[in-house]
Amino acid sequence: MRTLWRCVRMQNRIFWRTPIAAFFSLVFPVLMLVLFTAIFGNDAFDSVYGRVSSSQFYTPGLAVYAAASSTYTGIGVNLASRRELGILKRVRGTPLPPWVYLGGVVLSAVWVAALGVVAMVALGVAAYGVNIEAAKVPAMVVTFVVGSASFAALGLALASLARSVSMAVPMANATLLPLAFVSNIFVPFGTDTPAWLDVLGDIFPLKHFGLAFGEAMNPFSSAPAFEWHRLGVLLLWLVAGAAVAAWRFSWEPPVVAGRKSRSLARTAPA
Amino acid sequence: MPAPRAERAGGSLLAADSVPRVGPAVAVADLVKDYGAVRAVDGVSFEVERGEVFALLGPNGAGKSTTVEILEGHRTRTSGTVQVLDTDPASAGASFRDRIGIVLQSSGIDPELTAREAIDFYGAAYSRRVPTDDLIEMVELGEKADARISTLSGGQQRRIDMALGLVGDPDVVFLDEPTTGFDPAARRRGWELVERLASQQRAVLLTTHYLDEAEHLADRVAVLARGRIVAEGTPAQLRARAGSALIRFAVPDRVEPVSDLLAPVSGRIVGRGRHVEITTDTPTADLAQVTGWAAERGFELEGLTVTTPSLEDVYLSLVADGEGGVEPDDVGGVPDGRDGVPFGAGARPGDGDDGNAPDDGDGQP
Repeated sequence: MRTLWRCVRMQNRIFWRTPIAAFFSLVFPVLMLVLFTAIFGNDAFDSVYGRVSSSQFYTPGLAVYAAASSTYTGIGVNLASRRELGILKRVRGTPLPPWVYLGGVVLSAVWVAALGVVAMVALGVAAYGVNIEAAKVPAMVVTFVVGSASFAALGLALASLARSVSMAVPMANATLLPLAFVSNIFVPFGTDTPAWLDVLGDIFPLKHFGLAFGEAMNPFSSAPAFEWHRLGVLLLWLVAGAAVAAWRFSWEPPVVAGRKSRSLARTAPA
Repeated sequence: MPAPRAERAGGSLLAADSVPRVGPAVAVADLVKDYGAVRAVDGVSFEVERGEVFALLGPNGAGKSTTVEILEGHRTRTSGTVQVLDTDPASAGASFRDRIGIVLQSSGIDPELTAREAIDFYGAAYSRRVPTDDLIEMVELGEKADARISTLSGGQQRRIDMALGLVGDPDVVFLDEPTTGFDPAARRRGWELVERLASQQRAVLLTTHYLDEAEHLADRVAVLARGRIVAEGTPAQLRARAGSALIRFAVPDRVEPVSDLLAPVSGRIVGRGRHVEITTDTPTADLAQVTGWAAERGFELEGLTVTTPSLEDVYLSLVADGEGGVEPDDVGGVPDGRDGVPFGAGARPGDGDDGNAPDDGDGQP
């Protein structure tokens, strides 16, 4: 346990010393809430949650987006970069248990995700009067934990499939960003949304994560507001991500044109 | 510099030695490693005793890194037996890695951390750990210990690599090109550190491209070429293998095939284009044959020298053989130069195995 704690603290230290990662994980999503509310106004409109203000719609979605970005993109890019630098290989040559090292990476990312969610919800409540109820807080917490764990597992899968950092970054962005558009995060879905987009969003975990978290903040939902079927979908993705990672994860640095590199890679998550 | 670790010479070393030990620190027998159809390591056997520095030499792709990584537990083997500290690395766990120290070229360090933080973090995983300040002093990091690793030079990062390899007070140390990137003075001090490791009864397995490094540090040397050990012994024994003298010269472009010249020569002949090298135990006779032949035809042998072979000469001729170098029988076509094997012949394209090595040229001082 103490070893795991040390690993988490070291990963946190690395995170805070990489300003670009801190910006994209924490500042950027909050900035989007401010911008969306400024652009679209904060008037009530008919959404999946019923007639709620646009900040009430955007706050849970962007909170979940921040959590997914910190875990999925954060872990995927971080591990791809550590592998490329030969750090994972170094770890394998020490008595440090590999799973403890990976646990440190995952828990550190979940901790950053929690900070992002708390920042988002705090801003929403304080600045825009977004609804939050004590009786539904357990649902928020459980949804956050399950969703973050799911995206953390997908981050491990990403790091397993991307052979280099230069692949991991575009792979992360090319999957998470389009997904956010069909998952009721950036764009509210109404009744006139094409059915195939609905289905597309339903297949992937981000929409379920967002709606489960949104229902836990929705003024019209009834406590405790657990969306069990959505949490179930998230758990399925967790298992899928973990399976891919167990199958393909590598500790060896990639061979770049006949020469292993230690100078090539500098972390640049986006 | 004060003795780096008094406690090892006294306490911890004695404690470690009170455990009954059988066999050498490293024992490898008939090691084979295939990558698909390619046999990277082809029946390698050697042993390393405690207190001994053993150097593996060889061009890129010879199988050095593969061999060492099998010993470290980074790779599995195809066949053969491997014992490191009486343990099979392939199935060994954390308690095995607690006793070995690895300094690899290809393993990086988190650039966001400082050297001190990295040593503290990785050191905490070991049961016997050397105090961070001692290590910082031992590898002479000084005031750079608290700078971000990303701001340090390659040579300074190598020192941190070294510190991280030694932080667990290892019984076996694997050093992969430990002084690459060091300036000459730092290199000398790096060598002193390696000598000290051996004097503390650790087994040191060194891979290097620097022949002078192997000659200076190694008690025994094995030369690998194409996955096989082509020579093994002390540096002095290897030098002796090459005969007592090395005759070098180049024949002029216009000269006929020189097989008639070389046929009566008793020594070993390696031809590279117009350049001919003869290693021989009878330099007087061979030299007379060569110069008589040239004088008869009325031309000068360019760059004619007779020298005592260095370890490097031996290494290069061994490696040239292993890489398809020209044997005496093949030398007929020397002036044509098509058979020429470039020195440091290991630069086979597409080689990934030992690809972490520096440019071949750098390795051949």
